[in-house]
Amino acid sequence: MSTNKITTQKVNFKVFRFNADKDYLPYYENYDMEVTSEEVVLDILNRIKWDHDGSFSYRRSCRHGICGACAIKVNGRPTLACKESLTNMIELFGNELVLEPQSAKRAIKDMIIDKSDFWEKHDAIKPYLISDVHENPEQEHLVTPAEADELNDADLCIQCGACHYACPVVEVNEDFFGPAAFAKAYRFEADVRDEAHTERLLELHEEKQGLWDCVKCFECAEACPKDVNPIDKITKLHQMLFREGVATSNVATRHAVGFKHSIARNGVLDEGGMVLYSERLAVVKHIPLALKMFSKGKITPPWGITKSDNLDEIQKLIKSSSTAKF
Amino acid sequence: MKKLRYALFTGCTAKQSTPEQMMSTLAVADKLGIELVELTEASCCGASHLQDYDDFLSLVLNARNIAYAEKHELTMVTICNTCQLNTAMTKHRLDNNAELKARVNEKLGEVGLVYKGTSQITHFLYAIIDDIGLDKVKEMVTTPLSQFNIAPFYGCHNIRPSELQNETHKTPENPYNPRSLDDLIVACGGTSVDYEEKNKCCGFHVELQAPKTSAILAGKAVAGAMDANADWMVTPCPLCHLKLDTQTGHLSEAVGREVRLPVLHMQQMLGLALGCTKEELGFKHHIEKVDFV
Repeated sequence: MSTNKITTQKVNFKVFRFNADKDYLPYYENYDMEVTSEEVVLDILNRIKWDHDGSFSYRRSCRHGICGACAIKVNGRPTLACKESLTNMIELFGNELVLEPQSAKRAIKDMIIDKSDFWEKHDAIKPYLISDVHENPEQEHLVTPAEADELNDADLCIQCGACHYACPVVEVNEDFFGPAAFAKAYRFEADVRDEAHTERLLELHEEKQGLWDCVKCFECAEACPKDVNPIDKITKLHQMLFREGVATSNVATRHAVGFKHSIARNGVLDEGGMVLYSERLAVVKHIPLALKMFSKGKITPPWGITKSDNLDEIQKLIKSSSTAKF
Repeated sequence: MKKLRYALFTGCTAKQSTPEQMMSTLAVADKLGIELVELTEASCCGASHLQDYDDFLSLVLNARNIAYAEKHELTMVTICNTCQLNTAMTKHRLDNNAELKARVNEKLGEVGLVYKGTSQITHFLYAIIDDIGLDKVKEMVTTPLSQFNIAPFYGCHNIRPSELQNETHKTPENPYNPRSLDDLIVACGGTSVDYEEKNKCCGFHVELQAPKTSAILAGKAVAGAMDANADWMVTPCPLCHLKLDTQTGHLSEAVGREVRLPVLHMQQMLGLALGCTKEELGFKHHIEKVDFV
């Protein structure tokens, strides 16, 4: 039993309100409330609806962090409302809390958003096991604990959308699959029973969907209430492409591989050489910028690069420790 | 007070595309009485791109860099957020996985090195905050930046993933409400500007494969700082600096309005407050003119 005393404090909630049927623009409603240290964010959503305004709308169902329905944003932070203690939020942001839907531009009514882009992308990566299983199998398909570990918690996803709507690339590129879909794809790519392996991997590799467009900001890892760590799965998918030998040559794959060549030559990076290696002929589009940077002393020619000391060690390690081919 | 000594992992940009960052690091260290021992043996950290290609190789190379800091028995200081991420991530993984550490050490043994896990790894910004303290910095300020509204731009890899970063700082930082850079601005006598993009991504890492995405993210950041009345921006990350400073033409095109502000490295801002000259801080290497000094 907890020995912590229940405390109360005053909080001002600034709540996003919008009804797509009648409002032209969203607005914010203020609610001052006395809140207790035992409450979670969902309790506040309930209290707004039950005590203040019956028309206030939000999604909720399980109240146990399983259904993923009640994800919103608190002061811009992706939050699964039923799981997040209010005390933590007050500690982090103070006594003025802003409650908003996951994506304001997709708002339908108050906290409820149109999540169709999330589901379309989720569907597109074939989020199911593809395996030719006999109707009346004579033996079990055993998966060893080590093989199950390969999923790396990717199967814990509750599809709440917290990572998807935290991803800055999803905001600016509508073709980008987004962290949730990639993490889900990994979940099946890493499953030894799945037979669609290379086919799915190749589809993810298509430039348009942007497996390589991840900006590496770690917003998804931070947002996930289930510690799925989507960016880790995106990295693993990148590695898988090389390991399985299906990575095709494009500016992104050459960029990744280029680091190894550059390190082998100098220890440090040859920044200009790296752009040339990645872009090939398309490097010409960088010339105006390169000239500008050169005039400011920001570009070092290949012969001016200070190589790492003990470069022979680095070269020896690259020879003995490389595990991927391209 | 005992003189602070660190092993400096410069990263690649400080030696090539952001020479002003190297200059200002040394100038500030001198003012603060910090001795930096440069790890001239270090290789590139892989910038999270080598990690996409060959995870094990990137671990071995980063462990080698850390091993040199350990040889000096010093904490490793980084001056690039992405170097910090990749180096601290390597340490985190090796320190928590004995089998992986043994595999990496088997390789390092071939060149007579060993990774022990004895050196801490911290970004210069946090070394200053944790080991010197902002109160002390404030006392040392000779030229307070009191006339400036300064927009902090944190850079992803110093604040996310938070578990990793909080292992390395003495003062934990929350990625949704970071304080370190704001507090440093205030310690330097400036006014820190709050704006939505201060803890968001600059888009640097996809500049080649997704130039439009990259330019929109950086353009939004500069626009956010401008709309919050910032006179200039400041960042602890040279990659963010390159993105925000060198291509404002592209950024303006991408967001459909003119966006440009001078962008200073964290070390340059601190250097100004501590009385370094503009020559020492290398402002001539900026693309967006730093005309207020």
